[in-house]
Amino acid sequence: MYDLRVLSRNVPALLVQVGLQPLLFTFAFAYVMPGIGGGPGGTTSFPTFSTILLPGLMAGTLMLQSIMSVTGPLAAELGPGREIADRALAPLPLWALGLQKITSSAVFGLLSSLVVVPIVWLVHAPGAAPRAQVDNWPLLVVTLVLSALLASTLGLLLGTVIDASAFGALLGLLLAAATMLGCVYYPWAALDPLGWVQVLTLANPLVYMSEGLRANLTPAVGHMPTWAYLTALTTGTAALGHLTLRRFTRQVRT
Amino acid sequence: METAPARPRQPVTPAGTATAIRTEGLRKVYRRGQDTLVALEGLDLTVAQGEFFGLLGTNGAGKSTTIGMLTTLVTPTAGRAWVSGHEVGADPVGVKSRIGVVPQANTLDRALTVLDNLAFRGRYFGMSAPAARRRALELLERLGLAGTAGAKAHQLSGGQARRVMIGRALMHVPEVLFLDEPTAGVDPRAREDLWQLIGDVHAAGQTVVLTTHHLDEAEALCRRLAVIDHGRLLACGTPESIKAAGGARSVITVRYDADSRAVEDAARRTPGGPHEIVVDGPTVQVRTTHPDGVLGHLVRAGGAAGLTVRDATTTPPSLRTAFLTLTGHDYPVSSTHLTLPTKRIVEVSQSAIT
Repeated sequence: MYDLRVLSRNVPALLVQVGLQPLLFTFAFAYVMPGIGGGPGGTTSFPTFSTILLPGLMAGTLMLQSIMSVTGPLAAELGPGREIADRALAPLPLWALGLQKITSSAVFGLLSSLVVVPIVWLVHAPGAAPRAQVDNWPLLVVTLVLSALLASTLGLLLGTVIDASAFGALLGLLLAAATMLGCVYYPWAALDPLGWVQVLTLANPLVYMSEGLRANLTPAVGHMPTWAYLTALTTGTAALGHLTLRRFTRQVRT
Repeated sequence: METAPARPRQPVTPAGTATAIRTEGLRKVYRRGQDTLVALEGLDLTVAQGEFFGLLGTNGAGKSTTIGMLTTLVTPTAGRAWVSGHEVGADPVGVKSRIGVVPQANTLDRALTVLDNLAFRGRYFGMSAPAARRRALELLERLGLAGTAGAKAHQLSGGQARRVMIGRALMHVPEVLFLDEPTAGVDPRAREDLWQLIGDVHAAGQTVVLTTHHLDEAEALCRRLAVIDHGRLLACGTPESIKAAGGARSVITVRYDADSRAVEDAARRTPGGPHEIVVDGPTVQVRTTHPDGVLGHLVRAGGAAGLTVRDATTTPPSLRTAFLTLTGHDYPVSSTHLTLPTKRIVEVSQSAIT
């Protein structure tokens, strides 16, 4: 009874929370994928779905883990005990404390994305192996590092902007939206027939991470030009980083 | 009515000592939407090196805000402050590297051992790993915590955790040690142990700034005190000088079984007067520098008016009575507040008699 009462306290928000996830899924898999002529059970010829998934899932995992690994501890540190005050007393400027949080979760996100590689490599139907090749290792590393920095910067921003009580639900939704519309399950170029979706996805940072990795790992699949994703990742990280560190400093100093 | 005591604008540090802390017109206003809260109103303070200085006030008086600004975590709305010669706003890193802070909440890392909690702090402040470990072990020994070095922080009792936090704050040999309500939530026995410890740390030459809402703690530990109420500095000096500023008055409170207006005139004729008299409902309170015979007079006056005494207390001159005189309201010690148009008086419960 008590649990029902707690649940029923916020019915509209609950409905949105419950409904939005399936909506995003059906939108991605029942509207976008058939609309671009791909998807599970669609084309079995080249590119195999696993070839599309390899960079997509790497980017998705990188984004998810980078964000979660910074927001989780931060919510606790900014919470009632304000443990952040203790860290803030270290003899460092406060922006440096924020930067530490960004870099450490970026490292974690980067490592998590590497875990995806053997999984996608090994788990597939006969003959549906991913086909990947790396022509430019330094560029791949730069892309991975920039993606991880952008994702964890975003995580720190979300952690300082979103109220802790609304955090779980909101973060879940944001991540679902980002993943479904983040070119994880389909390359961006394939969205051509759905012009408005293609434009809409440009607001999603995950698109540039997926496409950047796609360009580096599976260049045979249509992908965004290098200048486009590199510019987006670099300026995005710089601009968001500036904003986030300012916001973080204000949150820690009252 | 009471006269406001002269407020020392420029508290003087003992001659010939260097300054550890100085503030000039330090002010903090919190704004939340339309609401503004003045947490601290123009604070001028000076604390000398080696002093044991206390900020005394009730909850919400502005003590933690003051500590927050001195430790760089709260941005002043106006005014300036220097700690160990470094300005808080302009050089926060310079200040942070010279202070140790023991916050009110337990902020030990629960997953780490006691030793690692201390050693990590040393690493923050640039010590090598072996040096940090050596210093941590030496401090734990000194704090009587050598046996807990390997224990996880969440296994400690409240008093032990507080000792470890003090040890952690001392890791980098700070020039000023800040303690925010160091005995809050600690049992009486552990509280005395903590007083002993803090006293020893000060005796070893450490400058200590402590906030407390416990009058006994302020009196037992601090050589100099600032009394803060509603964001204002009301008095600053030794506990003795603050008692003197408060007029060193005793407070005699008598509660009758019915409205006490019947004895008001008689109360005003209490021998040894004139005294300050506050009458509220069944309660009469006399604040006086000549307390002898007052209680007897009030009891007799009640009898003459047909009233029976239900409760009677005498509080000798103390920081508490000084606080009452300085602020116009009593120090809340598990007491019932009676609201008067101009000021509040408090019925002193039997248990509060000292």
